[in-house]
Amino acid sequence: MHTTAISLIELGAVFFGLGVLGRLAWRIGISPIPLYLLGGLAFGSGGLLPLQGIDEFAHLASEIGVVLLLLLLGLEYSAEELFTGLRRSWTAGLVDIVLNAAPGVAVALILGWGPIGALTMAGVTYISSSGIIAKVLGDLGRLGNRETPVILSILVFEDLAMAVYLPILTALLAGASFVGGLTAVGVSLVVITIVLLIALKFGKYVSMVVDSPEPEVFLLRVLGAALLVAGLAAQLQVSAAVGAFLLGIAISGSTAENATKLLEPLRDLFAAMFFVVFGLNTDPSTIPPVLGYAVALALVTTITKLATGWWAARRQGIARMGQARAGAALVARGEFSIVIAGLAVAANAVDSQLAALATAYVLLMAIIGPLAARLVEPVARVLQRTVRPAAAE
Amino acid sequence: MTPLPGIGTRQDFVSRGGRRIGVVTTRDGKVELIVSKQDDPDSCVASIPLTIEESATLATLLGAPQLVSRLEEQTGITTRQLPLAPGSPYDGRTLGDTALRTRTAVSVVAVVRGGTVHPSPRPDFEFVAGDMLVTVGTTEGLNRAATVLESG
Repeated sequence: MHTTAISLIELGAVFFGLGVLGRLAWRIGISPIPLYLLGGLAFGSGGLLPLQGIDEFAHLASEIGVVLLLLLLGLEYSAEELFTGLRRSWTAGLVDIVLNAAPGVAVALILGWGPIGALTMAGVTYISSSGIIAKVLGDLGRLGNRETPVILSILVFEDLAMAVYLPILTALLAGASFVGGLTAVGVSLVVITIVLLIALKFGKYVSMVVDSPEPEVFLLRVLGAALLVAGLAAQLQVSAAVGAFLLGIAISGSTAENATKLLEPLRDLFAAMFFVVFGLNTDPSTIPPVLGYAVALALVTTITKLATGWWAARRQGIARMGQARAGAALVARGEFSIVIAGLAVAANAVDSQLAALATAYVLLMAIIGPLAARLVEPVARVLQRTVRPAAAE
Repeated sequence: MTPLPGIGTRQDFVSRGGRRIGVVTTRDGKVELIVSKQDDPDSCVASIPLTIEESATLATLLGAPQLVSRLEEQTGITTRQLPLAPGSPYDGRTLGDTALRTRTAVSVVAVVRGGTVHPSPRPDFEFVAGDMLVTVGTTEGLNRAATVLESG
């Protein structure tokens, strides 16, 4: 009984602390993710206050957090949206991949982390945080802007890219050889095509399995199905996260919307746990050696995302200010960079410094992203004002 | 209609003055009225969340005048403003004297004089040159009414 009491107190303190941090974060206009990570760093090994007794629960909760993060990422866009997104924005999507994966690859190779480290870092620097971006666009009243569909279609493309990338990454992390890796590429392409086709043609049957008019029954079914699929996927050496993600894509229509609404609070809870645990498992003393790389990477990938958004918006005939806004909106990285780094760290297939670099990088980007989106207009206006008189002379 | 993947849809149009006006509908049914900036039509000067009642009110405010034109399309009834020019035989006489209603089946719903509106004038309402009569009737009826007011 005594230990249960202590565990409850510890857990309560953690959640309450995260709540305070989250409130603080939105107050100052940034995402709470970096503060959760910092919270984890503070509690973890080498930190201020090591947590004991709840580590088992924390570990499981963080696994559920990853499953929910990716389930909701899959639920976010319908199969039709993914297909039209692929058709309309594949060029912008490719520019996005090339520009934003390259810096990650370069740093991984410089640090000698090998091809698997490079593939992991490519994902970390490539994937924007759709959660932070959607929130920021809504907060800044930019949903009606003309560049917003451009931003969203790039996010849709990244979503699809994840569907291909994650199975490949997990297969390689599990120690597959080069040939095995190629097989994984083939298999994952086939699997994602099948899942998309199922979602498009038979989505209502998948939805029927989980759907229910009773919110609690529905919640239990969706959550149950997600954990079942995730567990089975993990058994088959495809990561749990990938399974949940594909299930999310297969569920469609109003079921998907309702599921999103129901699961969002749960996701926020468990995802917060995930960030804390990731921070817990990162030794703060490993960060300073890679901090320089993290800052350099942050600067470069801020510019590359700006360029991506600028290019994509310009192709859609959007004026200069809109191009700048599109670029700045895409800068934020967050949850999925950490998920990717977490997968790699959990598989013990990469250099231990990678976790430190990813943590430092996301700490920076989750702060820079929302700030960039907010500050882009005043900055661009000042730039225009200083450039125009100069041009007039 | 522009899809906003993961969020909802945007429906908008560009007004004659170059402003983009429209509505963003989120997946969970929330509605936002958007109005673009004058100097930057890509962005929005305002994005106003509306409840269902509020959007209904706004729709009525904007839609009511359209009802009149729809009435015209469907029933042939139309409104017109007819001037009472100086030299009209009815300058200084009453609405009853014109017998507009009996002769042309046109109703006078209001008289505008010097910027003020006199709604629903009675038969003893006395006209003065320069009055503007707001009338309702069929197109031929209105044409005849215009002739009556001009030359009796």
